[in-house]
Amino acid sequence: MSKKEMIQSDIGSVLSAQEIAEIDAELAHIPYKSGAAIDALKIVQAKRGWVSDECLQGIAKYLEMSAEELEGVATFYNLIYRRPVGEKVILFCDSVSCWIGGCDDIKSKISNVLGVDYGETTADSSYTLLPVPCLGACDRAPVMMVGDDLVTHLDDKKITELFGSAANGSAK
Amino acid sequence: MEKVLTRNIGLAQKPTDLKAYEANGGYQGLRKAMAGMSPKDCQDVISDSNLRGRGGAGFPTGMKWSFVPSDDKCTPGHKYLVCNADEMEPGTFKDRLLMECDPHQLIEGMILAAYTIGADISYIFIRGEYLVAIQRLRDAVDECYAAGLLGENILGSGYKLDMYVHPSAGRYICGEETALINALEGKRANPRAKPPFPQVSGLWGRPTIVNNVETLCNIPHIIDRGADWFNGLGVGEDAGTKLFGVSGRVKNPGCWELPMGTPIREIIEEHAGGMQDGYQLKGFLPGGGSTDFLTADHLDLAMDYNVIGAAGSRMGTGTMIILDDRTCPVGMVLNLIRFFAHESCGFCTPCRDGLPWSRQVLQDIEEGRGEPEDLETLAYQVKYIGAIGNTHCALAPGAMEPLQSALKYFYDDFKQHISSGRCPYH
Repeated sequence: MSKKEMIQSDIGSVLSAQEIAEIDAELAHIPYKSGAAIDALKIVQAKRGWVSDECLQGIAKYLEMSAEELEGVATFYNLIYRRPVGEKVILFCDSVSCWIGGCDDIKSKISNVLGVDYGETTADSSYTLLPVPCLGACDRAPVMMVGDDLVTHLDDKKITELFGSAANGSAK
Repeated sequence: MEKVLTRNIGLAQKPTDLKAYEANGGYQGLRKAMAGMSPKDCQDVISDSNLRGRGGAGFPTGMKWSFVPSDDKCTPGHKYLVCNADEMEPGTFKDRLLMECDPHQLIEGMILAAYTIGADISYIFIRGEYLVAIQRLRDAVDECYAAGLLGENILGSGYKLDMYVHPSAGRYICGEETALINALEGKRANPRAKPPFPQVSGLWGRPTIVNNVETLCNIPHIIDRGADWFNGLGVGEDAGTKLFGVSGRVKNPGCWELPMGTPIREIIEEHAGGMQDGYQLKGFLPGGGSTDFLTADHLDLAMDYNVIGAAGSRMGTGTMIILDDRTCPVGMVLNLIRFFAHESCGFCTPCRDGLPWSRQVLQDIEEGRGEPEDLETLAYQVKYIGAIGNTHCALAPGAMEPLQSALKYFYDDFKQHISSGRCPYH
């Protein structure tokens, strides 16, 4: 087995064939392997929800860069998750227009109902709550994303509809 | 007024696919250029149109493009066109509309821009949360390849261009063009030192132009209808139309295409319907979170780059955020500075350490722990963090803009917080 084949079989035990194929598709129009670092992190995260240490090392090896350098990239970006997240990530906008619209109270309500603060995941792994820069829907403030969906004109009623209420014990 | 950028955009209307876009005059500008205009011809039309960048800085687009070296003045290789679709400036919500509702308009503008500067590869660098826009742009790019509008030999002209939709992994700083280029290269998005400017050495060290979504959406119309037509659209000193937006406690928050130079009063009182009942206008940020406050005294100013500049602010992205009389100005500035401190890339000291210091002082004042000398501290921070040249990029100076103008216009509010030991708005 050549050195290259050994490295590839090693990576193959961490990354799936499909993930490697998708990374290769990105590499086709990128002049340096490390140039696909963010794409590769996103590809792996799309399948697994987050990027584990093992995956990070696998990607680094595949892109011929150090795991430390890739970790520096991964931890820079707020949409790359280096810890497990819930089934749905709540990206809560607390930028200025949503703040004027009363988002602080909405955030307290969500924290109260779900029992989590920023950076935390509900006990049943349904939701992770994170802040996000202005979501660009300020005419419909306050807003947030729940998974892939943009939810606008937030108020107490909408939060109860989405997540239940802490008082009746239906909180997830 | 004639709608240009939003002519295909109607409420409850589906986004335009290629067929609908072409039926309404789409790709006319591209067909015209491919049939008989040289890149130099296109460059001249854009320069003469006086189009200025719609991302916030207002730099003349034709001049920016003219800095790209011609093939005989640089080593052989790729040139790149990048669309900055990383809309993240607090209070800004215009590019989302253009991309979700009329993706082909942006793509046509990009093909024309790329043709003019001689680029053979283009990227749409779009924030990862804009999932609807990402999907619609990808569908539209696929339609273009199938129809011969992208790829080899576009419309039989011999010109070749590839286009990739590239969703970002986050961070506000990616909106800075050299940080964006680093992100596209798979690195941490720290801004680069300039010079060299990206026009000469950008993506992978090659000549690169980065333009905002709205800027590029103007290009097809200017090529199709000419520079004189575009110059005639503005009602003040600047050319063209602009998407203006209003958020905050107004009756009808939203985003409208209006002539450049439209008076602020008309935008807030007619289009946004004026203030909600029970609220008065106390001030506003004219163009996103990193522009200086203006007040009711400035309502009759025209939304033109130089007019707003002369009043001590910037037109920025043209999307205003209204401060009403029941919202605390100290709290609003604290929210903004907290945002900018959080989004600092951490590369240089005034931003990485200075902004959290500002945030701490403001938080103390807002929460009733302020001391009289805190106001001197804030003024000191504005002077040194806000000075262009003390930092690697414009993030920290931009963050100081709402703070310095809040100290100017709402000084009594700051003093009252300190003297009474509490926020008077709570």
